[in-house]
Amino acid sequence: MSVLAISDLTVTYRTAGGDVPAVRGIDLSLGAGQKLGLAGESGCGKSTMALALLRLLPKTARMTGSIMFDGEDVLTMSWGRLRAVRWAGASIVFQGAMHSLNAVQRIGSQIAEPILLHSKVGEAAARRRVGELLEHVGLPARRADAYPHELSGGQRQRVMIAMALACDPSLIIADEPTTALDVMIQAQILKLIESLVAENGISLVMISHDLSVLADTCDRLAIMYAGRIVEEGPAAEVFRAARHPYGAALAAAFPTIGDPSSRRSPRGLAGDPPDPADLPAGCTFHPRCPVRLDYCDRIDPQLWPAGDGARAACVHVLPDQGLSLVQKEPA
Amino acid sequence: MSAGTPATVAAAGPRRLAWARRRRTVARFWRQYRQNRAGLFGLVVLALFVLTALLAPVITADNALSVTQPPGSPLDGPSGDFPLGTDRSGRSMIDLLIWGSRVSLTVGFWATFISIAFGTLFGILAGHFGGWGSMVLMRVTDWFLVMPSLVLGVVLAAVMGRSLTTIIVAIGVTSWPTTARLVRAQTLAVEARPYIERARALGGGHWHVMSRHVLPNVMPIVLAQTTLMVGQAILIESTFAFLGLGDPTTASWGATIQAARDVGAVSSRMWWYILPPGIAIVLVVLAFTLCGRAIEGVLNPKLRERQS
Repeated sequence: MSVLAISDLTVTYRTAGGDVPAVRGIDLSLGAGQKLGLAGESGCGKSTMALALLRLLPKTARMTGSIMFDGEDVLTMSWGRLRAVRWAGASIVFQGAMHSLNAVQRIGSQIAEPILLHSKVGEAAARRRVGELLEHVGLPARRADAYPHELSGGQRQRVMIAMALACDPSLIIADEPTTALDVMIQAQILKLIESLVAENGISLVMISHDLSVLADTCDRLAIMYAGRIVEEGPAAEVFRAARHPYGAALAAAFPTIGDPSSRRSPRGLAGDPPDPADLPAGCTFHPRCPVRLDYCDRIDPQLWPAGDGARAACVHVLPDQGLSLVQKEPA
Repeated sequence: MSAGTPATVAAAGPRRLAWARRRRTVARFWRQYRQNRAGLFGLVVLALFVLTALLAPVITADNALSVTQPPGSPLDGPSGDFPLGTDRSGRSMIDLLIWGSRVSLTVGFWATFISIAFGTLFGILAGHFGGWGSMVLMRVTDWFLVMPSLVLGVVLAAVMGRSLTTIIVAIGVTSWPTTARLVRAQTLAVEARPYIERARALGGGHWHVMSRHVLPNVMPIVLAQTTLMVGQAILIESTFAFLGLGDPTTASWGATIQAARDVGAVSSRMWWYILPPGIAIVLVVLAFTLCGRAIEGVLNPKLRERQS
């Protein structure tokens, strides 16, 4: 059974300048213990989607579709039930641990916060649990008395992970958990998340703009562009041989170690991500696409099967169907 | 000042640990407060006034405030029996000052309590919930903000009668909006921080966010505002009493100055009648302000750096 099943999720921000679609129809499902990586450049809607999973978006956001979490729709859930699901069902490892911790509270009492909120245990039991959690993420239990500023960046992120584990959730959403950490610490933190998730059978949604991080940690990868998933499939497959030109460009942006040519001519992608308030017609990627066809500004590609359990939203996956679609549409 | 070694403290259980922690925090606060000489001076002056007010019945004679059986003859200058002279009824000025400190401090504390309680409550509510309700709340605040406390005092005195309660209510009602604005601004700043989002994500409700995260963060501002507000309230009370809006039977400093004006103390050069209550007001207000500044200095690290 899938822990998380998103179908046709859209998120629209109502602003003074009109409606801005941030997420435009996403279908995803995640089984128990599965690890999904979500990649994409800034502003593609990946964080918006992550926050939508627990209905944490500001009031100006309008959501449609459904987010089935353990068989319940998060979007229609009552406020009380939603609060119970938050953290006890699904927890979040936020990006920027420094700011996600209250600077004037000891980390022990901050980790105890969800425990005291969700389970009927006393202070002493919560304290013991905090000690266990800290040991679990590789920090000595006595560090519970420390203030956030007394910890290093990596230690703070460990605290955030301990906090995410506090209520034994079935899903952890990690929103760029390793941003602003140096590569060594980054590797440690990723290892830690990986092992804890595997140990406890927790499902993981990991969000990053760093495809290599995701390919390393996750089973499946989804690549977002302009509020949609443009490619989805087994992690190794997507990283090595992406079908969508955007996915391919993301994967190609990493230099191959030991290959001097990739270092001398780093490949990037020209152009900027589209303005969500003013999306290009047809395939939203066509203005930047290196393999654009002349009808790409007229058809809106869907996630079509692209072999090996992968899906991609590009006419190159199914040239015949793409062509027939164009022929049906009045130009 | 040390609360035992960490090991013994940890063995003593969480409650003891919490108390040891609190003691340490207070000790640290006091250490930093002590470094501010002006604040220390304010605290000493304040302690003297509070002590005097509390001991008023003990240190003055039973008939000290009696108009029908006054201890001395009216409007005498300073003498051995009456170091600061007597008022128009023949009562000792010193005794009047002592009893006046009771009124001033009572009004100061209660009016401040009303102001701070309402201001903090509305400030946090408006800052936390935002949107439409907050708009209405803040417009109401603005309405109270523009209401002059003197005019309101006159109206309230006419409606509720001249009493200390009237004055306390008038001051409280007109001064809470300042606190509310201040607290709301701080609430907005705190709510923008990511740990508030984290608190919401981990299932915290409105009450949890407001009490666990917002309130501790606005408390320093509230505390400083409290001490400054007490001084202000005492000043307004004196103004009310001077204008004859106070309870005519209580001997407040403002009322004493008004009585001095009535008998023409200035033109008759009866300095002992008009100066001492004025200086007392200035001293108390100054003491509160100095304490407030000192607390602000300890709690606000930016101010601390500038001082050292």
